[in-house]
Formats: sequence, structure tokens, C-alpha cells
Amino acid sequence: MSAKKNITLNINGVDHHVQVEPRRTLVDAIRDECGQTGTHIGCEHGVCGACTIMLDGKPVRSCLMFAVQADGARLRTVEGLADGDRLHPLQQSFIDHHGLQCGFCTPGFLMLTAGVLEQEPDISDEGLIDALSSNLCRCTGYQNIIKAVLAAAADMRAAR
Amino acid sequence: MKPPVRETATNWVGRSLRRFEDPSLVRGDGRFTADVPAALYVRFVRSPVASGKIVKIAAPDHVRLVTAADLSGVKPIQPMLHKFNYVPVMQPVLADGVVRFVGEAVAAVICQNEDEAEDHCDLVDLQIEDTAPVVDARMAVGGAAAAVHAEAPNNVIVEGRVKTPECDAVFATAARVETVEVRSHRQNALPMETRGAHAVYDPVTRRTTLICSTQMPHLMRTAIADLLGMREADLRVIAPDVGGGFGQKMSLAPEYVLLVWLARKYRTSVAWKEDRRENLMSSFHSRDQYITLSGAFDAKGKLLGLSADILANIGAYSCFPTTCGVEPLMALAELPGPYDVRDYACVSRGVVTNTCPMAPYRGVSRPVITFALERLMDKAARHLGMDAIDIRRRNLVRAFPYTSVMGLVFDEASYAETMEMAVDAIDIPAFRRRQQQALAEGRYLGIGFAAFSERTGYGTPAFAARGMGITPGWETVEIAMDPSGYVEARIGASPHGQGLDTALAQIMADELGVTPDKVRVVHGDTDRTPYGWGTFASRSAVICGGATLLASRKVKEKLVRIASHMLEASAADIFIADGVAKVAGTDRALPVEALAREVYHHSHKFGADVGPGLSDSASYDPAGTFSNACHAVIVEVDIETCGVSIERYIVAEDAGRLINPMIADGQICGGVAQGVANALYEQIVYDETGNILTTTLADYMPPTAHEIPAIEIMHLETMSSATITKAKGLGEGGSIGAPAAIVNAINDALSPFGVSLDEFPVTPERIHTALNAASKVPSMTPEGARA
Repeated sequence: MSAKKNITLNINGVDHHVQVEPRRTLVDAIRDECGQTGTHIGCEHGVCGACTIMLDGKPVRSCLMFAVQADGARLRTVEGLADGDRLHPLQQSFIDHHGLQCGFCTPGFLMLTAGVLEQEPDISDEGLIDALSSNLCRCTGYQNIIKAVLAAAADMRAAR
Repeated sequence: MKPPVRETATNWVGRSLRRFEDPSLVRGDGRFTADVPAALYVRFVRSPVASGKIVKIAAPDHVRLVTAADLSGVKPIQPMLHKFNYVPVMQPVLADGVVRFVGEAVAAVICQNEDEAEDHCDLVDLQIEDTAPVVDARMAVGGAAAAVHAEAPNNVIVEGRVKTPECDAVFATAARVETVEVRSHRQNALPMETRGAHAVYDPVTRRTTLICSTQMPHLMRTAIADLLGMREADLRVIAPDVGGGFGQKMSLAPEYVLLVWLARKYRTSVAWKEDRRENLMSSFHSRDQYITLSGAFDAKGKLLGLSADILANIGAYSCFPTTCGVEPLMALAELPGPYDVRDYACVSRGVVTNTCPMAPYRGVSRPVITFALERLMDKAARHLGMDAIDIRRRNLVRAFPYTSVMGLVFDEASYAETMEMAVDAIDIPAFRRRQQQALAEGRYLGIGFAAFSERTGYGTPAFAARGMGITPGWETVEIAMDPSGYVEARIGASPHGQGLDTALAQIMADELGVTPDKVRVVHGDTDRTPYGWGTFASRSAVICGGATLLASRKVKEKLVRIASHMLEASAADIFIADGVAKVAGTDRALPVEALAREVYHHSHKFGADVGPGLSDSASYDPAGTFSNACHAVIVEVDIETCGVSIERYIVAEDAGRLINPMIADGQICGGVAQGVANALYEQIVYDETGNILTTTLADYMPPTAHEIPAIEIMHLETMSSATITKAKGLGEGGSIGAPAAIVNAINDALSPFGVSLDEFPVTPERIHTALNAASKVPSMTPEGARA
């Protein structure tokens, strides 16, 4: 254990001034210090992707970073995906295509694909499926997640 | 007599209604156990060895350590099974004197934050004197093995035997006796949310609330109160959002018992978040079985008799509440599957070893027995010179009700019809042509089938027949319409991803004549819901759905009486649909909420036949039903990499009436994905010292979106008399059929090499080993093509 550091985590546009040990993972700080529990922890070794968030616009595994590394960065979590009452197209598409069952992995899948689509709006369907294979889901068998993401990507492209 | 007036109503059952569960979950507003902060956090010190005596557990003074020595008065977990040969072994909440598997909780460390608790675990001085471990089930019964529990010197703690009088004679005179030896390796159900618990003591009420990731909140309350000597009324158990269970979260975690004990001791809130390593190592495992299965056939392929020897490795302890009998005894009872067979012999044993305890996992034994039976069918067909489909046609049960050789009564189903649907859809002749062409190019394609029955929605008789000390089965549902016309249903089932809130709302909407958005389902809180058994065994749509239907009818009947008074018409003429009560054939009508308002706030206007309030409850305890399906698969095996890719996956299934087809298909897809994992990828590995080698998701590898194929689903809806909603359960079927169908397809693909893969998962390593051992130069004709 070592001395705590003062850092600022900007989550969904809100600054959280927190004190964390340097060893504290980003996901732990987001959940415990900042109270944003929509980001989940599934494995803590970077395989399952349940903790995926966007850091400066890119999807990252928040269990593989220390909170101090995110000091000053712009973080976006699932809580920041909807625009008030209006769900993000991906959120609505997951509902419409039955892309979730227990819902535990869902925030990670949403932030992964939202991040990929922001980085690369014209990504091919194959590219999207490839990206989706970074995260694990145990309930759906993935096909409905793929349908949801492809449909949302098409809608988002059409709306541009 | 005037002709009946036809009124129309919206039907909600049968629609793919979007799930009510989803909006909060996609927003990240779900509440899971680990989301609740606590004053104290617990980490467990776990045994690093499989078998040994605890010589010393000590820690520096500043470490808050709890060991078995502190838990005097806490009873060990001792699940009961009323079988004469069941040995009721005991599992202490924390290891007491001896350890029996790697990962067993030996001590708990309590701290104000989790990281520090982990640091403190490293300061604990745990010394264990190793003893020789027993790891493999065959080794356990080999005679030379040490006893894992002194009470069971031969390590067999449950055994079932059955033999029909003519069985030996049938085998002695059969035209063909075929035998398969299959091995199913060990799996972890692997819910994406690991287990976890949060217990808080309330000094005002002196009650403790346990929030935990469970499929069975009421039974957790009973079990924990019993073990701690508490009044059950002093414990509230809440299953909040639960991130998948698949059976793993049915069983009582010793850790949950300790959390309640700690909350009461420290009079505060205490939390434990299982990490993935603990989940892989110490939660519950399943499917670790050897089966030797023989079939006696006549010359035309009619199955005359089956004889099985089943050995299930149940790990170090018997799980509560199902007991370790769940795998071996279900295998014994259901092995004959969907085939008509009149003679049967079976010995099925559950043996203890120094490995993580076994518990139910989606499908329980049926993925393994279906695998054995469907491998047997394929092999018998080949040796009898028959087509693999024809031999199944000859043997599938076709007349209902059918009483199996084990006395199970099969209700109306469509075993043959679903197989024909799958056969037609996959187009075998076209495939065989393609297979020949591929072979000429040095590519190996194969086709495989699995037909099976899935016993679902069974009530207390089935559990009593198994001899269980506790016989779950029935469910109770309480339905209350409030004065504003909104409906609350409080259920004993405990869904965790199955979409039951939505499906039950559809049933209630139809029965009560309201729209589903007026209905809310409350579950997973023992203070708010009637006692029930939870969600497992493909039971909720059938049993909780049935209770919902019965309770709705009672409330509806009262609504009709109220409307009859208020609309001054005969009850027989009242028609309630879409939120409106009307006198049939007239324009006299009242909204349902007006009826509700009146019966609460102006009950004096009604006679004694109505009475105040608008709520009722019902219970349902059915004998059970059988869903059925046939899976058909085309695979390609790359003989260079020994990788298997699934080209096409068809499921033709019959689960009776589909309440919500979208949810039903989702259950099938998810089940198949877990079956694919079982067939090809996932295996918990122990070395010979009992050390577990698969403790990360880099070693234990669940499939991703790349490995799971698109699944083509076809439905039949047989309306069975065995279930009042006409729905049969389907939660487990996907995982039951997949290993058999996929491995049959792999064997078909590799038939030019003359190999037989009867062990799963069929990893590249196993294929490589089999191909290396094959003496045969590949022939240019796949075996199936000869038939």
C-alpha cells in the first residue's frame, strides 16, 4: 500500500475529484469512488470486456488500467450513452433484437461498439463482428447481439 | 335464446413483446450484488492443496481473521437424500481440520476495503500437511484410493441401480450389441457475474438482510437460518439483478452463510465479491462423467435393451439443495431418452474426489446421456448397415402418453416430427454430394444429429421420486390489482435473464383483460414474495406461469362480479378485454380501473359475495412435461489445424405454446452456445496432484461471437394436457442437444480415417491425437454416404 493520489476523473462530463492508491484499477475507482456502477467487473484480467468504457473516445478495458492513468482523461460509461430519455441507437437496438438476457455484459458490449462506431463509422459488418468477439456474453449466444449492432450501425449511417 | 355475441380481445401470449427488463439494464441502471457498498469487505484464504490436514492458521494481530474455530454453533452443510445408500457427507462453512479441494475456503479476512483485505490474506500463515489426493472418478473407485470422507471408505456416496427382469436375456439374444464408452470432461457454468453477497444487520429490528447472487432466495433463507440457528423470520434474502446463473447459483455457497454470520457478529454491513479465479476454482463444477453404454438391437435396428454404467465425479462435497444425486440419478432415470425401449439396466454412482464440488448446470446430466445415446445410435446404424436417420425413425416414441421403462410418463410431443423437420431442412442428399466433392479436394465435412427429450416443469412428485430431503416443485403467485388498476404479481420464482417478468405479464394481460404495461412482477425478495423455489430446471414458464394463470383467473372472476354489479348485467354477459369491462353486445362499458377503484373505496355498495379488495393467490404443482427437439449440424474439420468450424446449425423443437417467441428463441440460442462450448472448447483441468490449471479466462475458454454460428430455429407447438398454460419449458434444451449433434458431425467428417471421438470437448488436441493414432489411410467415401 502506498500514499493516495488526488486525481480527477471526468465521467460523462462530470468531474469526480477522488483520492486513490496508485494500484487502484480504473474500474474500481469508477464503481466505488465515483459510484457509477453501470460498468461491471467480470474477470479483472482483460478477457471478458464487461468493464469496457470509452477513454478519450476509444473503447478500453477499465480493469487493465490504473485510475491514476486516467487522471484528466474524458471517460464515458454506459450511464452517459443515452441522451436523457432518448436511448442511444445501440441501446434501443439491443432491446429490439433481444440482444441481452441477464444484462450483465451489456454495458461492456454497448461501450465497445459505440466506441468502435465512433472511431470507424463505416466499418464493415465483418469488422464489427470481429470487434464484438473481444467481449464475452454467456446468455445470448451472440447472434442477437450481432443483429442488434449491425442494425444500429446501419441506422446510424443512414442518419448521418 | 339469443345468439352469443362475439367480442374480440387482443391476445398477448404468442407475441414477441419487447422485454420489460431491458430499459434499465441497457442504461446501466441494473442493480447487481456487487453494486451495493459495505462497511466491511471479506476475502477468503483458500486451500492451495487438494487434500491435507491443517496444521496451523495464524495471522498478525492487526489482521481480523475468522476460522472454523470461531464458528462453534454453526452447523455444517449436510444435504439430505432419502436413499438407503446415500452417505450424507458434511461440508463445514470454513474448512475444519482438513482440506478437500484446491480453493476450499479455510479462513476469512475482514477489512474496511477490499484491497487491504487481499493484502491481509497474504499475511496469513496457513500450513497444511499434504495427504494423497483422489482426483479422477475412476481412480476414486479403483480400490487403492484414499477415502475423501471417512464415512465413505470406497468414495461412493450415492448409487442408483435398476435392472428389468428380461434385460440379460435381451442382450444375450440380440442381433447386434453395440457399446460406446464416453467421457464428458468437467465444465464451469461460468455466469458473467461471479457470485457475491452483501449482508447487513439492522440493530433496530435485529434482522439481517442478505443480498446475494442466487437463483433460489427462499431456500437460501431457510438453509442459512437453519445452519446459523436463526429464526427464519430474522433473515431477509434479496436476489437483485443476477448476472446469469445456469445452475451454479442454485446451490448454497458456504461463503453466503459466513457473510450472514459476520454481519450479525460485527452488527454492520459486510460484502464479498467473488473474483473470476475463485469462481473457476471454488464455485461449482459439473459434467465430469464416464458412461459406458451398450444397446441391444434386432437386425432391423429396433432398440431392445440398454445397459449403462455411469460414474459421476461429484467433487469433494454434496451440494445443497439438490444433493450430489442430481447428476447420477437424473442420468439413471432419463438415459433412455426419446427412444422406445422396454429393457434397461443401469448402475449409476456419484463418487467424491478432491476436486471442486459438482452442482447442477444447464441440462444437468442430459448433455452427457444424450451424447452417449446418440453416439450409440450412429454406431449401431453403421454396423447394421442402416441410415443414421432410419435407426432413429424406428425407435422414437410416437404414441402418447408413453410410459418409459423408468416409469416416466411422456405427454404429447413430436419426437419424430421434429426430427423430420430438421432432416428436411438440412437436405441430407445435397449434403452428401457436397461432402463427396469436398473430400475430393481434401476437405472434411460432416453431418450430425441429436434427438432428445427434455423433462421440464416438474413438480414435487419428481423430486420425491428422487428421494430428495427437500422436494421443491410448486410455485405460488399472489396477484393484486391496486385501486388505480395496476397489477402487481409477487412470485416465488427468481428469474435472472429469462425474461419471466415479460412472459408472466403477457399471461396476466390475457387472463385479466388488461394491457401488459399495467402489470408489474415482483421477485427475488423474501420479504415481498410468497415462499417459492426459484428459477431452475426449465420450470418457470410452466410452473410459475401456471400459478400465474390460476391466480389471474381468480382475480378475473372477481372483476366480473364487480362489473356485473356496476353494469347491472348478468356475470355471464360481462366481457373484459384490453382494460375495459363491457356488457357483451352493448355499448355499456367501464374501464377496469373504475372497477378496482370501486371495490376498494366503495365496497359498501357490494354484497357479501364481492367483499373488499382485489387480490388473490394460487399455487401450481404439476407432474411435469417433456419438451423435445432435434438438432442437425454440418461441420468442417480442418485436418491440418484440427480446428472445427460449424457451417450450419438447425434446431427443430417443440416446447408447446410459445408465450413470447422472441424470448424462447433467445433461450434456445443461448443454450446451443453453451452446448457448443461444451462440445468444442471448455474444460476444467486438474493435474494429478489435484491442482486446478484453468483459473483464468485465458485457460478456460468460453466461445466468442466468432465461434458461435447462426442458429436456424423451427418450432412445432404441441398443446399438451400436462401443462395448463400449454407451455413446456425450454431453458435447457439448447445445451442438451449440441454436444451430441456436433460430435456426431465431427465423427462423420473424420469417418474416412476410421476414428471415433467419444470424449468431449473435442479439442484440436484430441482430434490430432485421434488422427495420429488412426492406422487407416483415409478412404474416399464417408461412412454415412454408404448407407
